Amino acid sequence: MKIRISDDALAIACGADTVARAFIQAGAEVERVSSWGMHWLEPLVDVDGTGYANVTADQVRAIMAGTTESIGSIAEHPFITRQSRLTFARAGKTRPTSLDDYYASEGWLGLAKAQAIGAEATIETVLASGLRGRGGAGFPAGIKWKTVASAQAATKYIVCNADEGDSATFADRMVMEGDPFMLIEGMAIAGFAVGAQKGYVYIRSEYPHAIAKMETAIAACAHLIAPFIVEVRVGAGAYVCGEETSLLNSLEGKRGEVRAKPPLPALEGLFGKPTVVNNVLTLAAIPWILTHGGEAYASYGMGRSKGTMPVQLAGNVKHGGLFEIGFGITLGELVNDIGGGTDSGRPVRCVQVGGPLGAYIPPSRFDLPFDYEAFAAADALIGHAGITVFDDTVDMAQMARFAMEFCAVESCGKCTPCRLGSTRGVETLDQIIAGKNVEANLALLADLSETMKFGSLCALGGFTPYPVMSAITHFPEDFR
Amino acid sequence: MISLADILAEHAEREGPLLPILHDVQKMFGHVSEEAMREIAHALNLTRAEVYGVVSFYHDFRTEVETRPVFKLCRAEACKARGVEALVPVAEGQTRVKVEPIYCLGLCSVGPAALVGETVHARLDSARLTALLASV
Repeated sequence: MKIRISDDALAIACGADTVARAFIQAGAEVERVSSWGMHWLEPLVDVDGTGYANVTADQVRAIMAGTTESIGSIAEHPFITRQSRLTFARAGKTRPTSLDDYYASEGWLGLAKAQAIGAEATIETVLASGLRGRGGAGFPAGIKWKTVASAQAATKYIVCNADEGDSATFADRMVMEGDPFMLIEGMAIAGFAVGAQKGYVYIRSEYPHAIAKMETAIAACAHLIAPFIVEVRVGAGAYVCGEETSLLNSLEGKRGEVRAKPPLPALEGLFGKPTVVNNVLTLAAIPWILTHGGEAYASYGMGRSKGTMPVQLAGNVKHGGLFEIGFGITLGELVNDIGGGTDSGRPVRCVQVGGPLGAYIPPSRFDLPFDYEAFAAADALIGHAGITVFDDTVDMAQMARFAMEFCAVESCGKCTPCRLGSTRGVETLDQIIAGKNVEANLALLADLSETMKFGSLCALGGFTPYPVMSAITHFPEDFR
Repeated sequence: MISLADILAEHAEREGPLLPILHDVQKMFGHVSEEAMREIAHALNLTRAEVYGVVSFYHDFRTEVETRPVFKLCRAEACKARGVEALVPVAEGQTRVKVEPIYCLGLCSVGPAALVGETVHARLDSARLTALLASV
């Protein structure tokens, strides 16, 4: 009898450690693996491939005796079979920091392939895959790599942006906690391709489990990626450090203030050297792309959005978790068919896609396909593909106020539209919520949003108007 | 007992060592004191103002000791969608534990969530939160 229980932070928060201890006390052998990403079922216990959901310690004996009802085969669960898991191919199956498990599941094949075909062909493969930056901006990864590769400098860096601060996103965390070698392999391939000697993973301090797993994994595989070196750096609670230039300043030991662009980080990045700054999911997609080819990756997706996206279903959703699928699936399929609607059982009122800077979208727009261009055309953004579901009890005026308040708390202070605009935004929304000069204040807020959108230095001030204005546009009744 | 000098020596070879130093100082001493800032500034050839600027920029660093246990309750959108705001009066209805907001723990499908030290908690409701606050 082989028992597998996830040691992902989410499983642990739901009680997985207690359950694992109970199995061990009962004489069972327990393997701690990554998470399948079916969060509503955690703690999920895998007994020879059969799943037991929401397990508590007092159910252990009954599970071992086979007298408890199972959910059947985990791998054949519809939530899993409907996905195209490329980045999350190992999810639920391997021990995160086991080199043996990684070797046995296509591990290090991408790096070997890169070294065999050479740096130039590696970049060509990434270009052919159509991979775009998964952090939110959607910039083609291959072009960024090519820019860094052609820059002349003795020292270059690979920086992995693991400052996953957007609410409703946890895919980066799951990669780092569940499949850290894949991320390290992706960074080593990037280093080889552009001629960088050193890589930094900047992980937010809110992710202690991810930090520990990455440290362990880096120590275990240092000899396999040498002469390339990877080092973990821990953030310090500043949301704005997810912005790449702010992150670079933070890595240098400075205040996490945004830098004006140009110069591009690709030419003058960390310590002024050419630097690839890529999101966790971007780098994590690289080993698969090298192993299976750029065309194989590009065969997933739609239009100019190639490949798969690990979509994160969160908030008030019945079946929350990680759902990796080719671009093109509609929002409605994700929220209603796969997510199963709200967890509370009440009607879905809206979703927010792309974190605190993403637009609120009503069910009437659920025909929107998951595609960078389609979202942009609808005044929305995919961001890091986190979807927060809200039921009909949500007060959209309060959510709009929170967007401005969050921006005020997290603004780095460098540019005026963001630093002052966010605070004036909170004050204006307070007036609207109190019913004072509502129409005049709404007009003022629209004007302020316009200034923030076009006048801010980075996405924090520039995109905060998305949740605010989308809430007003789609849910005017909450403001009047 | 590890001293500030030990911490500074340990990070001497790092590129951009200030944040790793501040994290270790806070872990060791519970806060980053005025005196520590002066010593760090001296060791890194920075002004005290530059070090203070960094310490005050990041939410994680404290310049005063917090004697109470710290409980970080996620107040971001996904936890709001799952009802965390209704728990705030429960959290703030006691003074033994210092309750601070945190914006996202990546547990967004099983909120409301909280972080105590390095221990994560999910699926909080009023009863579970009350019990948890009493136990930290």
